[in-house]
Amino acid sequence: MVRAGLGRPALLLLVGCAVLLVPVLNRLVPEGSAFHLEDRLVPLFGKYVAYAVLAVALDLVWGRAGILSLGHGAFFALGGYAMGMYLMRQIGPRGVYAHPVLPDFMVFLNWQELPWYWYGFDRFPFALAMVVLVPGTTAFLFGWLAFRSRVSGVYLSIITEALTYALMLAFFRNDMGFGGNNGLTDFKDILGFPIASADTRLGLYLATGVLLLLALAVAIHLRRSPLGRLLVAIRDGEPRARFLGHDTLRAKLFVWTLSAVLAGLAGALYVPQVGIINPSEFSPQASIEIAIWVAVGGRDTILGPVLGAFLVNGMKTWLTGAAPELWLFVLGGLFVLVTLVLPKGLVGIVELLPRGRAPAGGPAAEPAARPAEAAGG
Amino acid sequence: MRPILLVLALIAALAAPPARARDETAAREALAVLAAGNLDAMEPAIGTIARSGVPWAEPVLRALLDGRLLARQADRAVFLRTAEGAILDAASGAPAEVEARALRPIRINNRLRRTLEGALGSLTLASPDRAVRLSAAEKLFARPDHSALEPLETALAREADPAVRAAFARARAAILLDHGEPGARAEAAARLAESPSPAVLGKLQAARRALPADVDPATVAALDAAIARVETRLRLLEFAQTFFQGVSLGSVLLLAAIGLAVTFGVMGVINMAHGEMVMLGAYATWAVQQAFRAFFPGALDASLLAAVPAAFLLAGAAGWAIERGVISRLYGRPLETLLATFGISLILQQAVRLGIGATNREVVTPSWMSGFVEPIPGLALTTNRIVIVLFAIAVFLLLLALVRATRLGLEIRAVTQNRRMAETMGIRTPRVDALTFALGSGIAGIGGVALSQIDNVSPNLGQSYIVDSFIVVVFGGVGNLWGTFLGALTLGVVNKLLEPVAGAVLGKILVLLALILFIQRRPQGLFALRGRAAEA
Repeated sequence: MVRAGLGRPALLLLVGCAVLLVPVLNRLVPEGSAFHLEDRLVPLFGKYVAYAVLAVALDLVWGRAGILSLGHGAFFALGGYAMGMYLMRQIGPRGVYAHPVLPDFMVFLNWQELPWYWYGFDRFPFALAMVVLVPGTTAFLFGWLAFRSRVSGVYLSIITEALTYALMLAFFRNDMGFGGNNGLTDFKDILGFPIASADTRLGLYLATGVLLLLALAVAIHLRRSPLGRLLVAIRDGEPRARFLGHDTLRAKLFVWTLSAVLAGLAGALYVPQVGIINPSEFSPQASIEIAIWVAVGGRDTILGPVLGAFLVNGMKTWLTGAAPELWLFVLGGLFVLVTLVLPKGLVGIVELLPRGRAPAGGPAAEPAARPAEAAGG
Repeated sequence: MRPILLVLALIAALAAPPARARDETAAREALAVLAAGNLDAMEPAIGTIARSGVPWAEPVLRALLDGRLLARQADRAVFLRTAEGAILDAASGAPAEVEARALRPIRINNRLRRTLEGALGSLTLASPDRAVRLSAAEKLFARPDHSALEPLETALAREADPAVRAAFARARAAILLDHGEPGARAEAAARLAESPSPAVLGKLQAARRALPADVDPATVAALDAAIARVETRLRLLEFAQTFFQGVSLGSVLLLAAIGLAVTFGVMGVINMAHGEMVMLGAYATWAVQQAFRAFFPGALDASLLAAVPAAFLLAGAAGWAIERGVISRLYGRPLETLLATFGISLILQQAVRLGIGATNREVVTPSWMSGFVEPIPGLALTTNRIVIVLFAIAVFLLLLALVRATRLGLEIRAVTQNRRMAETMGIRTPRVDALTFALGSGIAGIGGVALSQIDNVSPNLGQSYIVDSFIVVVFGGVGNLWGTFLGALTLGVVNKLLEPVAGAVLGKILVLLALILFIQRRPQGLFALRGRAAEA
């Protein structure tokens, strides 16, 4: 838990201000000023914010409930594909092959008509419903199967990895009807606005920012709710929580599905900003990287995942440009160092600072509940 | 010695003439008939030459077929022009000084051409060279020629070599199948069905289609029965082939997964860098082979054997370092261990990519591992795969012996069952952890030696097997070696059996989904529960 001193509304306000920094620097600071943010960088920050939402979603299950998902990228990508399908349908006859209905890749594969599962995606409300329902249902079914048979700990991590791996293989197939290797791209409009225009991009960025605030509000609310406390109990001793009469299956299933829906929404806002969705989003490595964002920032904290997502991805953008061969060393090093040295991430460092500098308030500073000494062998 | 041999040869030469001389005379007379150019008289003459057994019969008949047999109008002497253009005396084969203008090629027609082809076929059937006879039989089998039936039967009656006899019999059946009486066809079909192959199936089906409408039902039934028999047999063979491929894949998975299973059993942690231990083993194989190439080029075939301990030591040392440096410090935090070892795997891959290169390294298959064996006709198994299967089984049995019969094995079992109790009994668990981890990693390294024979040695080598290895561990079990054994083989076979039905990718997806469902029934895999600690 973050310092009790810093009120939760204040935290939200802080993140809100940070999010607003991008449009302010982009629009209000005159061009030529050192602080002016170029238009082309807006989607980059939008991408980071979407990643931050994804990290918050993972922290809900990992930090809170001790379920380390190595397959959250799958829910992110499912949401992204649902949005991508809407965007593909919006292209209409403007594709390379100018087919009135079929997306280019289907014309290329000589398909004659739209597969049934593409129906309805020309309407935004339907697509939005799918953004929520597809990852949500997948997570619910998977979670129900897994939690019901009390699969936990590393076992669960491995089968979530298997899930995203299976989905990756599936989406790589051309016959699936999702563009195969190339995925979905060449988008033109979203809700009638040209997708590449600076205004649309800023709008998308702001929407992502609102989603982040919403996600944080959900996370904050969850921590204060009885459910949040039950999740901590499950994390620290699931059998005991169960013996005390709590329905641990329901609690886990709820937070798991909620987290997947958040991830799906993040994916849906990510796709129009980066302009492409392809099966590599399902790769196990992409999913494991989410865990390192959360770990770097600090598990089971409000700000940690957001901080971690920004820091690690900022570093990735910079390093893959400046010294690409070093990036994997740094990423690998982060995995090792953070787990060895910083079990509570960067936010944990703040807690190590001398108390005098902490904002006043209450007996506070009781270190957060010991993080998952989860299932050990 | 020499003089005696010489004398013997002389006696043999003197003894031979009477019979041969008669044939020789008849053949020379027949040659003169050829020169006369009367087409009707030429047919029996060709037969006479072919049956005579004279050594010049084959070149002369072939020259006649190719239009290279020449006759001098004046005295009906026959000459032969070689492919290079030299003129030879037909019977003696000696170079002949003749005026080329006086020579005319002996003309033949299509009927004679067929007779010649048959005669030449029977000549090769009678060749003293076994390989030539076999290939002649193969040719006849592939393109059955009715005119060859008679010489073939003669050759079959004379043949002593069982393999050649079988080939002759098959060729004869193929000819009868196409050209024989209905009864003979039915018999031939039954004969052919005894040695099923796709070619036989094709022949039978073609013969079935070619049967006239008014043929008696018994023949039709006989052919149908033969077709059905060949089809069944071929399906069985195909299944056996697929099954073997599955076992082969399973044995590779076994090598990759068994170390993972042991460490998971003892320490309860998943080593995401396990695939990189396999990769290190493969690179060790490559390095050892390079060293052999440089220092002992003569013993290159043995480099693979030398690579086994090298790979075990390299990967084992790496595993030991990882355990001491990282994993032991994360004791009791299995999820963090998973993440940390994933980081290590990224670092190791990138280090190899930068240090050795991102391109594939070639590891040469030693001569004793190349080629294939055919335990039953039609079932070809590649030797390297067989060696890998046997190797995997040997490694498995060794590990089993180690766990069952040594002090370390006892300690490993104790810690797997109940770590705290084992500690209380005086077992130094940190030492067991480190040794187990080194052992598991070393075995993965050995797996790399095997994989270098069937896969590309590249920095990503481990990644392609790691997910499957996890599945084996989850499916087969932890700490229970037999569970892993069964899990690996089942997974390999199921994967390969699904491939032709569903395609490689879809098959894999189905396996993954099946795994997720399987966990419903057996949440702890196929392995034994770990006592009271199972849910702690």
